[in-house]
Amino acid sequence: MEIKKGLYYTEENEWVRVEGNKAYIGITDYAQDALGDIVYIELPDVGDTLKAGDAFSVVESVKAASDVFLPVSGTVIEINEELEDSPELINEDPYGSWIIAVDLLDVTELDELMDAEAYEEFSSQEN
Amino acid sequence: MRDYNKLIFEISREGRKAYSLPKCDVDTLPVDELIPEKYLSSTPTNMPEVSEVDIVRHYTNLSSKNYGVDTGFYPLGSCTMKYNPKINEVVASYDGFRNIHPLQPEETVQGALEVMYELQKALGEITGMSEVSLQPAAGAHGELTGLMIMKAYHRERGEDTKRTKIIVPDSAHGTNPASASVLGYEVVEIESDKNGDVNVEKLKEAMGDDIAGMMLTNPSTLGLFEPNVNEICDIVHAAGGLMYYDGANANAILGVTRPGDMGFDIIHLNLHKTFSTPHGGGGPGSGPVGVSEELAKFLPTPTVEKHGDVYTLNYSKPSSIGKVKGFYGHFGVCVRAYAYILSMGAEGLENVSANAVINANYLMQALKGTYKLPIDRLCKHEFVLGGIENDNGITTLDIAKRLIDYGYYPPTVYFPLTIHEAMMIEPTETESVETLDAFISAMLKIAEEAESTPELLKEAPHNTPVRRVDEVSAARNPIIKYT
Repeated sequence: MEIKKGLYYTEENEWVRVEGNKAYIGITDYAQDALGDIVYIELPDVGDTLKAGDAFSVVESVKAASDVFLPVSGTVIEINEELEDSPELINEDPYGSWIIAVDLLDVTELDELMDAEAYEEFSSQEN
Repeated sequence: MRDYNKLIFEISREGRKAYSLPKCDVDTLPVDELIPEKYLSSTPTNMPEVSEVDIVRHYTNLSSKNYGVDTGFYPLGSCTMKYNPKINEVVASYDGFRNIHPLQPEETVQGALEVMYELQKALGEITGMSEVSLQPAAGAHGELTGLMIMKAYHRERGEDTKRTKIIVPDSAHGTNPASASVLGYEVVEIESDKNGDVNVEKLKEAMGDDIAGMMLTNPSTLGLFEPNVNEICDIVHAAGGLMYYDGANANAILGVTRPGDMGFDIIHLNLHKTFSTPHGGGGPGSGPVGVSEELAKFLPTPTVEKHGDVYTLNYSKPSSIGKVKGFYGHFGVCVRAYAYILSMGAEGLENVSANAVINANYLMQALKGTYKLPIDRLCKHEFVLGGIENDNGITTLDIAKRLIDYGYYPPTVYFPLTIHEAMMIEPTETESVETLDAFISAMLKIAEEAESTPELLKEAPHNTPVRRVDEVSAARNPIIKYT
């Protein structure tokens, strides 16, 4: 299972890639593999302001529909519309297929998240 | 005709018909003189044209492909697909039940009202609740009704705008969060601990004066009886919340314990699960709601009451949440459930649960070792496997598909979400040891096949007219119309 260096991770298997004050968010390789073939994704609206821990998207596979939780508070500034027509991109390239980008409200929230190493250890125990 | 798999459109031949009408004996007019042009469709209707024998064979062959509890073992976890005794159908077809009208005067349907009244009482006795409404159409409707009662309770106390959250454990029955959301509640999920129980410490942390209540399924979807249920009820009550009992798994506790005694304030039952009424194929279901004495005034109207020897429908309950269903709920289903309760009796119902639990544990012990058992402890009416121990790339989906070849309805798969490769098995009480042993043999054989001939499983089912369905393409590019 691939875990990419330089990203932040959550226990719910989301990743965060930070560029300045902008954070891209997606689901990890483990998450896409556990879900199986993804067939549908529900995206939030640009402009939505959400708290860390809020469910911002629903990813549906042939097995289950799962909420995706926002790792850090922020305002949605971009959504990856390509996923609406091709949700399978998440299966093919989970770290390349960001779901949304947010404008961070509180960068200190990133300190609460795991780095690649910590996530790897978490995965080996939990998953 | 075992492999018959045609659509009725495919056997259609132009001009063929299954009727013979007499010549029209009134004047006819062209349709465009009768209906304005803008309402006329020019698209051909494409209706199938078949002869009588074609249509009879078509539907008879399709009907023979049905699989139900009357055909074979149906261990669909979480759903309690128990056998429905035929006496239920005999009783429900009595003239006085079948040929009455919901608008008949009460004095002409006293027998029907008596059945409803006695069923309300029996369900109240079984669950330890003060009063019961038979109106909700099925389980999720019962949840909605129960939560409306919860909201009405908080509203009366002036707290409904403050109490905006409902606690739901992650091992809850799947509809709970949906029902809470429909009523505008925010769902707070509580993780299970390593044993699959509600994490009491996390529950304490989540409590506050913004909590309206908690929905709990006990035994849980993992088939486990919640050992801390009394403490959980105390914690929620102390914070001013109410406890809601989802009766999805009530088949495990009949005559043994009661939600009312555990501390619950509101419950629903699924007559189509626990009380042997038709399930699946549209049922219809029935999800009676029971409440504590304090909440009885909020129940939907009408309730059936008994005054002396006379049964009446009471519509005048000022605090009632109102009507939740046309007329009185699914009356015919209620008759079947009442017939079941009477034919079982108190001792019989206790045996139902005892046998449901014994059957589940028997299967669990026989499959453990060959199959992963993520939570290994005494189960109630169902248990959850996590795939084959030496899986060799074989997933739970492959196992489920292969079970079809062996003539079984596959168990629930990939639910609950808390277990990887979940397969939830619920045999119910009505299955004999021979049936259980045959199912065990099939499951063990499948595990052997996973080792020796995995491709056999990957390509299963083999013995069905339609083979493995491409679920991914079907979901991504659905074709929902025959052209």
